[in-house]
Amino acid sequence: MPKMTMVQALNLALRQEMARDDSVIVLGEDVGVDGGVFRVTDGLIEAFGERRVVDTPLAESAIAGMSIGMAVYGLKPVCEMQFDGFSYYTMHQIEAHASRLRWRSQGRYHVPMVLRAPYGGGVRALEHHSESREAFWAHMPGLKMVIPSSPRNARALLVSAIRDPDPVIFYEPKAVYRAFREEVPEEEEALPIGRSRRVREGRDLTLIAYGAMMRPTLEAAEELQRRHGVEADVIDLLTISPLDDSLLVESARKTGRVAVVHEAPRSFGPGAEVVARLVEKAFYHLEAPVARVTGYDVIIPLFSREKYYLPGAARIVDAARNLLAAK
Amino acid sequence: MPKTRIALPDSLDYLSILDEHGKVDTGLEPALDDSLLLRLHRTMLLARRFDERLLSLQRQGRIGTFPPIAGQEAAHLGAVAPLRASDWVVPAFREMAADLWRGRSLESIIIYNNGFNEGSRIPAERHDMPISVPVGSQILHAVGIAWGMQYRGTDDVAMTFFGDGATSQGDFHEGLNFAGVFQLPVVFVCQNNQWAISIPRSKQTRSQTLAQKAFAYGIPGIQVDGNDILAVYVAAREAAERARSGGGATLIECVTYRMAVHTTADDPKRYRSDVEVEEWRRKDPLQRFQGYLSARGLLTADAVKAEEEQVAADIQAAVERAEAEMTSLGDPLLMFEHAYAEMPEYLTEQRADFIRFMHSTQKEGDHA
Repeated sequence: MPKMTMVQALNLALRQEMARDDSVIVLGEDVGVDGGVFRVTDGLIEAFGERRVVDTPLAESAIAGMSIGMAVYGLKPVCEMQFDGFSYYTMHQIEAHASRLRWRSQGRYHVPMVLRAPYGGGVRALEHHSESREAFWAHMPGLKMVIPSSPRNARALLVSAIRDPDPVIFYEPKAVYRAFREEVPEEEEALPIGRSRRVREGRDLTLIAYGAMMRPTLEAAEELQRRHGVEADVIDLLTISPLDDSLLVESARKTGRVAVVHEAPRSFGPGAEVVARLVEKAFYHLEAPVARVTGYDVIIPLFSREKYYLPGAARIVDAARNLLAAK
Repeated sequence: MPKTRIALPDSLDYLSILDEHGKVDTGLEPALDDSLLLRLHRTMLLARRFDERLLSLQRQGRIGTFPPIAGQEAAHLGAVAPLRASDWVVPAFREMAADLWRGRSLESIIIYNNGFNEGSRIPAERHDMPISVPVGSQILHAVGIAWGMQYRGTDDVAMTFFGDGATSQGDFHEGLNFAGVFQLPVVFVCQNNQWAISIPRSKQTRSQTLAQKAFAYGIPGIQVDGNDILAVYVAAREAAERARSGGGATLIECVTYRMAVHTTADDPKRYRSDVEVEEWRRKDPLQRFQGYLSARGLLTADAVKAEEEQVAADIQAAVERAEAEMTSLGDPLLMFEHAYAEMPEYLTEQRADFIRFMHSTQKEGDHA
């Protein structure tokens, strides 16, 4: 199996889906000739031509609005936002129409579009290039919100997002784009949307994370075992919405001690929903209050200070030890 | 030379064929079949009378808030009349006469305006979008649909409607710009009815016309007398033909007037004068069209009377059918449907909880 970065794995997914289905259209700013500012769409215009890899004018709302029209017409647009910070221009189109057209038309129309955007901090970028605002999208009924954490699951989830009959917001952890390589099979592989995954088995406590936070979370789990003899059950959400709580609840019932990790601001973040589900479904099994290891409720600082904002393995270990100390 | 002149369009066509005094420009008059003219008249009359009936139903509390169309019938009916069934219409929310022409039932309008989602179901044979409330946002959907038409190699067109207020929105600019860049088969039809609730056309833009905005995007623009169905028809036909033959998009500004309220929750006396409304009443599109048909010998006073009776009967029957149908609607469980292709687990749980709650309150009610 070839080893790939997440950028290469996403490119593979796009390439194979475009080859499989001529209704798949890639569009966005600089996605064609330039291959995308992160090179996720590199080489697609050479392979599929400018009819299917569309360099658009610079207008995010129009990219999303046009994608909605294309999707209603029967195409499968995969549009790219250059950065999460610019994706909010599309929020009106996504909220007012993409998420509602199935409902508004009572099932006559649906919007099988994918909106891809790199999100998150840790790459020493400019303002508006480091946010983690997945909760905005996760709060919209009718929308799906997917965040992969590794090259292999990024590829397999993007394939599913493209084939999904509903609109999918696909946030790509830009800190992971080229951070490491992983074996990715050339042959087709798809992961179901709306399913979380256990990535490490343990009985002492549960760590729940997703996206770029999976790496520090797994590092923390490793350290907890090595230095403290603690076995962590680690769950990768993969899909933020629709949130699959079955594995979370099962794990919380087993360990009784849970921390949820994200780089998004804490209040009203995805972690709040995770805590609520655990309170609803695993309350009597909890041995300690559920911990949230998250970004603070501030604008993410410019990069000289972002390491203090972003949760790292040390903060996760600290939270885990507090959880374990609770009587 | 450091400073030179760049030649840009500095004038714009204004099209009027049948003027407010009933005078016809025979050089511009389209050669339309009598049957088409009479069908247009029937739809315009039906739309006018249905609009009046909806207003009275609203005042009686039998439907909810809705946006009347009175005065604007020609400006949207004339635009969709040259379209084919395979073309797509992407409406705003004040194009009811066009909806009827495209096959929407009167009942569905009553049912929708009574707060039932069932009324916005588009039948499979119609390639039209449901109404879109956020002003101007639908323009981009027509652009995407037209992109699909071009990609699939059809010669269909997408026609979208919006008002004068929408031309201040970013999505209007972005939509025309994208359509220009990609040379897409779109017809942008602006219903310039002079008022965006209380804001007059003059406060939306300093531009002399709305149609001239087309020039900034490299597409043709034309201003037409929107109360003249012949002019609207001709402009729309020309724009649709240009789009079908690969000539790209067109912006049509239909100069018309909203004779009634913005919606039934609005009181226009707060922002405009009766004198202005009376002036526009003399330009009424229905009377004008009836005068034209009568002068052509297609419509006698007796025929108008018969049409009125037929239309009234159709409306009455539709009201009765809709009210009968609505007695069986209202299953609250419908609110859980059509969020996703497949209902997520948490929604299934919420639905089950709702059912449990409803049963429990019913039991309590029985006990009491």
